[in-house]
Amino acid sequence: MTHMPKFDSPKLDRRSFVIGTAAAGAGLSIGFSLDPVDAADAAPEVNAWAVINPDDSVVIRIAKSEMGQGTLTGLAQLTAEELGCDWSKVSTEFPTPGENLRRKRVWGDYFTAGSQGIRSSQELVRKGGAAARMMLIQAAANEWKVPAEECTAANSVITHGKTGRKTTFGKVAAAAAKLDPPKDIPLKDPKTWTIAGKPLKRLDTPPKIVGKPLYGIDVREPNMLYAAISACPVFGGKLQSYDEAKVQGMPRAKKALEALPIVWDEGENVKVSSASIAQWLKEGLDADEAFVGNKAGDAKATLSGAAKVIEATYSYPYQSHAPMEPMNSTALYTPDKCTLWCPTQNGEATLAAVAEAAGLPVAKCDVIKTYLGGGFGRRTQSDYVRQAIAIAKEMPGTPIKLLWSREEDTTHDVYHPVTQCKMRAAFDDKKNLVALHMRISGQSILAYQLPARMVNGMDPLVFVHGLMPKGPEGEFGYNIPNLLIDHAMRNPPIPPGFWRGVNLNHNAIYVETFIDELAHAVGEDPLAFRLKYLKPKHAAVLKAVAEKAGYDKPLPKGVYRGIAQIMGFGSYVAAVAEVSVTNGHLDIHRIVGGTNCGHAANPELVRRQIEGSFVYGLSAMLYGECTVRAGRIEQKNFDTYQVMRIDEMPKVEFVVMPDGEFWGGVGEPTIAVAAPAVLNAIFAATGKRIRNFPLKNNDLSAA
Amino acid sequence: MIALSINGKTYNVDAESDTPLLWVLRDTVGLVGTKYGCGIAQCGACTVHINGVATRSCQVPVGTVGSKQITTIEGLAENGKLHPVQQAWLDLDVPQCGYCQSGMMMAAASLLKQKPKPSDADIDAAMTNICRCGTYQRIRAAIHAAADHA
Repeated sequence: MTHMPKFDSPKLDRRSFVIGTAAAGAGLSIGFSLDPVDAADAAPEVNAWAVINPDDSVVIRIAKSEMGQGTLTGLAQLTAEELGCDWSKVSTEFPTPGENLRRKRVWGDYFTAGSQGIRSSQELVRKGGAAARMMLIQAAANEWKVPAEECTAANSVITHGKTGRKTTFGKVAAAAAKLDPPKDIPLKDPKTWTIAGKPLKRLDTPPKIVGKPLYGIDVREPNMLYAAISACPVFGGKLQSYDEAKVQGMPRAKKALEALPIVWDEGENVKVSSASIAQWLKEGLDADEAFVGNKAGDAKATLSGAAKVIEATYSYPYQSHAPMEPMNSTALYTPDKCTLWCPTQNGEATLAAVAEAAGLPVAKCDVIKTYLGGGFGRRTQSDYVRQAIAIAKEMPGTPIKLLWSREEDTTHDVYHPVTQCKMRAAFDDKKNLVALHMRISGQSILAYQLPARMVNGMDPLVFVHGLMPKGPEGEFGYNIPNLLIDHAMRNPPIPPGFWRGVNLNHNAIYVETFIDELAHAVGEDPLAFRLKYLKPKHAAVLKAVAEKAGYDKPLPKGVYRGIAQIMGFGSYVAAVAEVSVTNGHLDIHRIVGGTNCGHAANPELVRRQIEGSFVYGLSAMLYGECTVRAGRIEQKNFDTYQVMRIDEMPKVEFVVMPDGEFWGGVGEPTIAVAAPAVLNAIFAATGKRIRNFPLKNNDLSAA
Repeated sequence: MIALSINGKTYNVDAESDTPLLWVLRDTVGLVGTKYGCGIAQCGACTVHINGVATRSCQVPVGTVGSKQITTIEGLAENGKLHPVQQAWLDLDVPQCGYCQSGMMMAAASLLKQKPKPSDADIDAAMTNICRCGTYQRIRAAIHAAADHA
């Protein structure tokens, strides 16, 4: 075979340089196993949600993305519950965002972030399943010439109660598909669920244990070329020149890119460093102007005349998402049509980005969603989408797979925002907590990502994550008569993004380690102190994890305990951590994590999210730090951006206690309690308060 | 042309001899179950067996493999029967996103070959792969389960 080095034109993208090379081994392509929904083969479709084949097998359509969180299985359970089908016959498929537009967004919003996957679409998918069941029953009733009300459906079998006649979904699906969809669609009482709410096995495990091609990086199209990319290491910099001749004829994209001499115009941001950013944020801790997100009484006046004032300041660094699958997508452009294969958390926004980058009407574009090798918020972005389309436009008719290197991924992320915080609290002469002022100084995610959602210049998301006066998403848990929580916005030129847990991560560390400090300041037990001030639902989860952890029982010698709670993403969460610190070495032995998430579509999936979220949150607390030098991120790969591995994994136990009163999120909230619970346990063990993160920059050995 | 023995089959591949085995497996041969995660032997997503030993294929120039037997995740099951590690992974529903799990299972299978009843300390020492979803607790349980059922 011949290698065909192919170079793009430098006018492609001023900030980037790309190289494509010929794919090796053409003819060995094993194809891609994800079949997009095609309207043309929709014959056995009862409605948009359920395809039922004559053999009774059921295909349930899932609009949200599957990145490991289990939403695919949870949503399938909710749909199958209302459909009344045989769970063992269920498989799933991802309808394309283009098909969604053609059908007037019948599958709703594809956005899969903010722990919204199930709670934002549970009603829609349940109604979809219920409508399909009603149509199937009606079709059977029509055939039997009996009233539909006399028929029931379960396990893919429809039964006429009076006569005992039975038929299956597969036999009536074609007739059902011709009926008008029902207008009034009652839903089952969750107390009667037999599929939803049960700890069923994940639907996506079987292909994942045999190495099936599922992910964006696995896409292989005939005659596909591979592209590697390098953007200016300094944010906001541009490409100045490169010496193409030096790599002419090199067949491998990544190797050629590494060998290519590139000169960057690094621009203004080359002056920016972690120190300059920290200095700017520090000024915000005492700045006069700040956006107020939560206010009761007069905290500043109470603090100035208080019997006892406690103060502490904190800092939290930039962090990279680092999903295991680096950013990638595969694009096929022709002047008439543009298709993108993509692991994305944001299917519809990806489609819009494809159309914009391709310069084609949306109707001539589509996105085939793959499974995601992790998302954590990174794959809500479209940077790597626009790049792939820009390259593909240079080679119409040739599929282009753009794959970022890990180094590109780590240095061109949208980072967990950087913040500092000053906490000040006042006690009266009876040791009652009477005032708290929480001043956050730092970066707004919305100002960069979604400026249209700013409110009079304020970023409401700073407060939505655990600090709100009230509301269903993130209510501050403590009743404190004089309270002020405000935000001095400081936006350095390092792009921030939604990072699993988002603002709840640092907010929970600031609030829950400081509250712990306050308990010790007045000589009270950290749990009893919290319960004095906590609102009932917040308190209930904390009490439940404390009970499960045996909070009132002594620990083995050398083992110490810490607790934390918060509300975020609509759920109430808490944790108890047990640690020991030996010669400065931290061992996290056990964490009991709890959530009241309102409803659990699958309690096993919730448990997985708790234990997994703890790994993500503890990796961030222990190691997570992207430092800035000369306008660029210093960490490039997992050697310098370390994460937790199995030897550091604590035993995780669970309290999943949905009270049935609301639908809360699952993927993110519990992240936020792991770190403060461990930090409070470290204080119990060492007497040291860690206030600057990550922990690796602190010395835990005895003073 | 370089001849490779992969999952019991011989492949003649056209590749530069310094190309990492990982990319030959994925892009030339089309066995994409082996994953790229870091390219510097940190994450283990690219773990395959070379003569039965877990090896990070991103660090193996294809020209150095010679006649050694390569096994990838696609070849871990034998005669249509899942390897005990795969069976345990299935029984305990270990994967979340699943991207790291090919490498995890290859590392676990290699560990069990050397130590049929590994201790927790053995697992800590052998399983240095990275999982960002945080499946470590279930990986540990699944390795013990596979050891019990092997």
